[in-house]
Amino acid sequence: MFENISNHLFNQEELKQVEYHISKYPKKMSAVMPVLWMIQEKFGWISIDSMKYVGELLELPYEHVLGVATFYTMYFKKPVGKYHLQICTNVSCMLCGGDKLFKYVSDKLGIKNKEVTSDGIFSIEEVECLGSCGTAPMLQVNNKEYYENLTLPQVDELLDRFRAEASKN
Amino acid sequence: MTKIILKDIPDYHKIDVYVQNGGYQSLKKALGMTTDQVIDEVKKSNLRGRGGACFPTGLKWSFMPKGNDKPKYLCCNGDESEPGSFKDREIFEKNPHQFIEGTLIACYAMGCKAAYVYIRGEYWKWVEMMEVAVADAYKKGYIGKNILGTDFSVDIYVHKGAGAYICGEESSLMNSLEGKRAYPRVKPPFPAAVGVWGYPTTINNIETLANVPDIIKNGGEWFSKIGEPKHPGTLLFGVSGHVNKPGVYELETGIPLMDVINKVCGGVKDGKQIKMVIPGGSSMPPLTREECLTMKMDNESLKAIGSAIGTAGVIVMDEDTDILKVLKRITKFYYHESCGQCTPCREGCGWMLRVLDRIDRGEGRQEDLDLLISVAENIEGNTICALGDAAAWPVKWTIRKFRDEIAKKIPAHKITLPVLNKVHGVRDYEGYSTLKRDNENEVVESLMGKVQEELNDESVRYSG
Repeated sequence: MFENISNHLFNQEELKQVEYHISKYPKKMSAVMPVLWMIQEKFGWISIDSMKYVGELLELPYEHVLGVATFYTMYFKKPVGKYHLQICTNVSCMLCGGDKLFKYVSDKLGIKNKEVTSDGIFSIEEVECLGSCGTAPMLQVNNKEYYENLTLPQVDELLDRFRAEASKN
Repeated sequence: MTKIILKDIPDYHKIDVYVQNGGYQSLKKALGMTTDQVIDEVKKSNLRGRGGACFPTGLKWSFMPKGNDKPKYLCCNGDESEPGSFKDREIFEKNPHQFIEGTLIACYAMGCKAAYVYIRGEYWKWVEMMEVAVADAYKKGYIGKNILGTDFSVDIYVHKGAGAYICGEESSLMNSLEGKRAYPRVKPPFPAAVGVWGYPTTINNIETLANVPDIIKNGGEWFSKIGEPKHPGTLLFGVSGHVNKPGVYELETGIPLMDVINKVCGGVKDGKQIKMVIPGGSSMPPLTREECLTMKMDNESLKAIGSAIGTAGVIVMDEDTDILKVLKRITKFYYHESCGQCTPCREGCGWMLRVLDRIDRGEGRQEDLDLLISVAENIEGNTICALGDAAAWPVKWTIRKFRDEIAKKIPAHKITLPVLNKVHGVRDYEGYSTLKRDNENEVVESLMGKVQEELNDESVRYSG
């Protein structure tokens, strides 16, 4: 399907996945969100070059892909830390100490919202409601796993665990 | 208490257990009925949408054009991003097949070619669960071609969002599905005429569709007799905040709010008094303690005092809660999530946040509360979608109901403020004029970084 593209960022298997995403919708353009997710899964963030590549794959102008990528907050337009901690501070979490949790982690790691630690291991982001209101406060790591009903000692433990895992690899 | 969705059956999320307990029998029954009979049964049940607007589902289905000259689509709205609402994830986790069955029945009734399940990107785990459930149902022949030996065929696809509250609005959900920026569309034309990819479309909430199989199984009349007659059925109440046992509970409509808090959720934490309760997710006008005492939880009762059931996300706040901080946080959310399409919402949310912030810093002026209500009223009803209203209501109603408390934060003496009128924009940066094709990537990336830095700098953002 994608013979005319010279420099591929995806391997054959991933290109098949792209074809599957295109087949789900009546129009090719609709596959832009799943394909951007694939880019982020592979590279950790979405660079301008990869947006251009997605544009080539889906026959879209690069500007359209840029527009989509910048609209949605979960697409990272800059590299993030190995463990990107997304802490909810919205109402329900705030009532249960979500804002305190954010400040604690921010102070402990010495970084502000959307910053990365100098060793590249951690970055933090203050996010909006993640639908975990009954199990507040909580944080999500790398757009994936939820850690709910957190206490400060548990957060310490979690950070230590991540740091140990990072130094192992 | 009737349980329709969260039945206490272990491993009910597995397709085998679901089928053993009578699963997919309603689909079989529906396929033996005419499409009009299915829609009539849903109309008779008086099932109303669970996404917040409480629109009668059967009526919505009947708006879809008959005939198959154009493909028709069903979008299942699982974007659920309203703060305080966390019910759909419970359905994905505990009863995905009942939702799939409801979706299939809806597709049959309206003649849809395919259904797209839009789930918010943050729900990574639940997206995977749904993908497994859909794949299982495909394997067993409940989804796909010639379902249960009939000539009815339909496909179900899971679409993962990427973190935008606005995608829960039906027309922006369609734009998002089309692979565009999720801007809400002007209505009319309504989705039933011109929907996703320009074809007739119906958008239903996940919980609404999960109710459908039991309506077909037991009849619309059975459903219409559960709970409050004008808003029948059960609701998945997501209770959060200062209660002892927060969580999602399936309860009949019309249940007294105090029963939800005291009997179901074990009362307010540390035996404190209630100060404020938000009945249906952060955009709904809040209730005072006195209003809570007699309030029944259904849309009609809440409407009578100017609030609404919304998504039944109940947020309970105790007597020590700082109402202003809560209001500021809610406004910050809408400021962050406004898509930027309509001026009243894009600018108004920012101004409401700045004014609330200066009151919180102790630099408020006496006229600020009226100013806030005026800004809110100028947003309300003047935007393409309901996000504007959602941002305006909490500000307007919280100030009306808790005016004295917020006014206490405003000093009596007059304060003069520094004026800062800074326009954020890439044009302000030196790099903009040097933008050329060959170094475009570098310049755009550095500009995006600079804009982000400034957006992060709270001192710049809130001044003025």
